[in-house]
Amino acid sequence: MLKFKLSTLFVLFSILVSSAQFIVVSDSIKYKKKTLSFDEANLLTSVYYQDGNHSGVTGGIGTESLFDNSNIFDVKFVSQSITGKKKAIGMEIGVDFYTSASSDNIDFRKSSASSQDVRFYPSLSYSVENQIKKQTLGAKASFSSEYDYKSVGGGLQYAKTFNKGMTDIQGSINGFYDSYLLILPIELRTSGNKRYSSTPRRSFDGSLSISHIMSERVQLSLIMDLAYQSGLLSTPFHRVYANDGSLLREILPSTRLKTPLGLRVNAFVTEKLLLRTFYRYFQDDWGMVAHTVQVEAPIKVSSKLSLSPSIRYHQQSGIDYFEPYQMASPTAEFRSSDYDLSNFKSYTVGMNVRILPFKQLYKSYSIAAIEIRPSYYHRSDGMSAGIIAAHIQFKKM
Amino acid sequence: MKQKFTIAIVAIFGLTSCSSTRNLSYITDSEMMLSMRKIEKFDNNFLLYREGASGANGGKSGGGCGCN
Repeated sequence: MLKFKLSTLFVLFSILVSSAQFIVVSDSIKYKKKTLSFDEANLLTSVYYQDGNHSGVTGGIGTESLFDNSNIFDVKFVSQSITGKKKAIGMEIGVDFYTSASSDNIDFRKSSASSQDVRFYPSLSYSVENQIKKQTLGAKASFSSEYDYKSVGGGLQYAKTFNKGMTDIQGSINGFYDSYLLILPIELRTSGNKRYSSTPRRSFDGSLSISHIMSERVQLSLIMDLAYQSGLLSTPFHRVYANDGSLLREILPSTRLKTPLGLRVNAFVTEKLLLRTFYRYFQDDWGMVAHTVQVEAPIKVSSKLSLSPSIRYHQQSGIDYFEPYQMASPTAEFRSSDYDLSNFKSYTVGMNVRILPFKQLYKSYSIAAIEIRPSYYHRSDGMSAGIIAAHIQFKKM
Repeated sequence: MKQKFTIAIVAIFGLTSCSSTRNLSYITDSEMMLSMRKIEKFDNNFLLYREGASGANGGKSGGGCGCN
């Protein structure tokens, strides 16, 4: 009996050892020097439209109609040294154009400046990958600007592969220093000038993720985040109507600690069908608890085409300070009628179409992938949204 | 003796078959990446605004108000 158990353990151990050997990369690889050159570029665009009847600008009632067109272009350059160091420089430029009927109600003057805005957000990243030690160190700087909001950010990240390529650990820390123009609803302004002082908002987050290859068809990733914000965390032009009929502005605590925990599991179910799954548990110190589940099922129609239907379900409890229209106490220290922070359920259905044309454009430059992604979103408070996004990836083959 | 021989054969078979038949094509397939797709950035951005819960996507990638 003991012999049988030992032999069974030995066989299982052998299989486990063998399973951990299929990604061994030889350390005797000779690296070929390559000067900094183009690696890939991505062009992304999207059109988004939403409508609902619970705008925070008008105290939890009124239109939430919003149209947004986002555009992002990023480019990456890489160099390779003979000592096994791969350096990458990335640049990204994003521009959003949006019109918002709810923002237009800050001053109730139709088609005023508040009804539309442009957001511009460039960023720069740099990373060094040590291919012998299998570790990467990177840094990033970002900037974002819109009419009443400016943001300057920076971050560091570290990644290490070990366990013969089976396990990957990644960590990052980011900090954002934002300034917010204190624009109040027109009824609450004490002077004729709608511009008030600029107010800071600081955000720090740390993220740690561990990825592991479970088998040749299954891999998973556990993601732990910790995010802390301080400063003006309410939206100054959000109205709150109290239960005595008085008009107030939204006021929320000056700090917020968020602790999301996520799990991703991706698996090849058959030769043609995959499952990409994601679950997130979220909790913060404002009383919100949320669960999010997303399942995407890419179907490989051919070697160049995959269709990925997806469904996402989300439910959250409202923050402790949320009150609907005319329900807030006029003496409450904190209050909000922003339905984004309320108790609701939502679902998203979508389809990702991915084409791999490998169309050669010039010399070794090619279109590596084209993606189109339409999605529909519905929230249990009646808000709904539609988005269609497109992506073209250029690569040096 | 016969049992030991069988175990050795099974173990060697297990080792060689795994290392020779396992392949990376599934794990390295572009659909298998554990991060979000680049194109999901837009979905993620509007969900960040419309839902109070966010994160577990590898950290905040940029600033911005999200107050509309």
